Amino acid sequence: MTLLLNIALDGVAYGMVLFIIAVGMSVTLGLMRFVNLSHGAFAMCGGYAAALMVREAGFSFWLALPLAVLATGLAGGVIEALVLRHLYRRSELDQVLFTIGLSFVLIATANALAGPQVQLIALPPLLAQPVDLGWRTLPAQRLFVIAVGLAVAATAAWTVAYTRFGVWLRAAVDHPDTAATLGIPIRLVQCASFAAGAALAGLGGVLGAELMPLEPYYALKYLVLVLVVVAVGGMGSISGSLLAALALGTVETASKYLLSGWGSLPFFLAMALLLAWRPQGLLRR
Amino acid sequence: MPQTRDLSLRTRRRAAFSTAGLCALLLAAAFGASPALAQSASIKVGIVAPFSGPFAHYGTLFRNGAEAYVASQGGKLAGKTVEFIYRDTGGPNPGLTRTLVQELIVKDKVDYLGGFVFTPNALAAAPLAQQSQTPMVVFNAATSAITDRSEFIIRTSYTLWQVTVPLAQWASKNGIKKVVTAVTDYGPGIDGEKAFKSEFAKQGGTVVESIRMPISTTDFAPFVQRIKASGAQAVYTFLPGGPPNLGFVKAYNENGLAKAGIRFLGTAETDEYDLPKFGDAAVGLTTAFHYSAAHPSAANQKFIAALKARDANAVVNYAVVGAWDGMHVIQKMIEATGGQRDGVKAIAAVRGLQWESPRGPVRIDPKTRHIVQNVYLRQVQKRGNELVNVELQNFGPQIDWGLDK
Repeated sequence: MTLLLNIALDGVAYGMVLFIIAVGMSVTLGLMRFVNLSHGAFAMCGGYAAALMVREAGFSFWLALPLAVLATGLAGGVIEALVLRHLYRRSELDQVLFTIGLSFVLIATANALAGPQVQLIALPPLLAQPVDLGWRTLPAQRLFVIAVGLAVAATAAWTVAYTRFGVWLRAAVDHPDTAATLGIPIRLVQCASFAAGAALAGLGGVLGAELMPLEPYYALKYLVLVLVVVAVGGMGSISGSLLAALALGTVETASKYLLSGWGSLPFFLAMALLLAWRPQGLLRR
Repeated sequence: MPQTRDLSLRTRRRAAFSTAGLCALLLAAAFGASPALAQSASIKVGIVAPFSGPFAHYGTLFRNGAEAYVASQGGKLAGKTVEFIYRDTGGPNPGLTRTLVQELIVKDKVDYLGGFVFTPNALAAAPLAQQSQTPMVVFNAATSAITDRSEFIIRTSYTLWQVTVPLAQWASKNGIKKVVTAVTDYGPGIDGEKAFKSEFAKQGGTVVESIRMPISTTDFAPFVQRIKASGAQAVYTFLPGGPPNLGFVKAYNENGLAKAGIRFLGTAETDEYDLPKFGDAAVGLTTAFHYSAAHPSAANQKFIAALKARDANAVVNYAVVGAWDGMHVIQKMIEATGGQRDGVKAIAAVRGLQWESPRGPVRIDPKTRHIVQNVYLRQVQKRGNELVNVELQNFGPQIDWGLDK
């Protein structure tokens, strides 16, 4: 019983990190049909920004976190407005090549700025302290991640369902031409969604730094995991990403507890089975 | 230009031969013009290690140790200038290592090979060293079987058997009866697990569970939970240095294992490169290892001074010592062969070599070609503002128990 609870707890924490990073990519892929393989690089940027702010500039973690998220969102918005929007009409191959190239540029930049070693984010005492749940002790940071993940999911769902921006977003996804005719500012929606996705990726990068260490190759190393979550969850579906991230996170954690000799095989087997069952994703928009 | 199929057979054959001839001419010119004429008295040492990626610090540590040694000998070894050729493996990558070592031997014509952080890389290079009779000095890779793969391999680092056997004996003598092992699932990790299990069983203890963690693991919380659930009094562990080591020790601290009374029995985990990153949570961790920067000896002071003279921020740990002593062995080989390329003579000369290393008195075992050295029991303590591995006990000279079967 303790084993199941452990798997559930660790699995949900890991799944939340994957969700926070993946949700931005899911929206971009579903909304703009834009294959953005530099999404992992945005997560890395967020993480690096927070790590450097805490270590070099001496900011407190609670200040560095929102600043890093904002900075990544801003960077994402600027790149989208200046460069990426010209790629929307190009073929998928062009988009893939460009964004992979962008990833490599960001990897090299990270290496040049901070060196190849792992960047640690010094957690504040509130998050670093162990929390005793009775049947096990775990760092408070894990509980924080789960809480933030739920908050992100709730905020995203509420934004899409109840705000004007959400209405514009859904209209732009379903019928871009009609939406433009009705006066919905499609470019603004695209830029804002991309920036929000990048900001969320940055948030995931900071929160996930304990589970997925920040080093220059982070951008490509964990891209596969994010792509799997997006594909399995269904492109453009926020609840789909949440479901997929939690499910796959739990499978990965369970395999560490029960079948550690098999490495990541169960994760990818689960992905293959889920995609075979629902090729369009768990919850297609 | 007429299509190929329109040309007669004779014309095509003529074209092929003249192209081949032209290529041969160009190749000959390229090789002829190469500095084979620069057959100076300089000895070429190829150092194979990661210089990029998450394990890039090893490359820097080797470079520091090797170059500091040459500088400490006055810039020359046995009267010859030494030219280092560094090649980057990026991490555990046997295919790439094989290619790099092949290039070093055939193209750069190195006299000695050094370096090798990871066991799979060392194993990939072994047949090449054997075939070309190039002495290969392993500065780090710690699986016992490596020195068996070629007669031309000398090792100046350690093996898991060497440091684990005395640790198991100590654990048993100190009232620990049930241990769980948690190692990374590759060569040295499995060696460590086997070594601990066999020695601990000999001493009358039990290993209640043997956990093997995949080498790509970044999240160690599940494994730490399994350790807690196993009911053991202590955990014996081995992980490669860098991110895996850091992640595991942090998980050990953050998940309350120490509070639960599960003692930490490690080997390389608190090495001086990673130690500062753990913070005060690392105080009290027990390890058995062959080198501590806090080792109180004149030779160690000289070694540290030589390193700091080149770079005041240099890290002083077992990898640097491995390179330092490795270059000492290479120096003796150069002396014995008079600077000529003679692998057989070089290896014969250093079998049984004895000297005072920064880690303590050492010698090269004539049978296994592995270094015999003192292993110490250390505990992490805070001295001033620094965390150091304080040597509490000297287990005496240990051979490679893994090859003693």
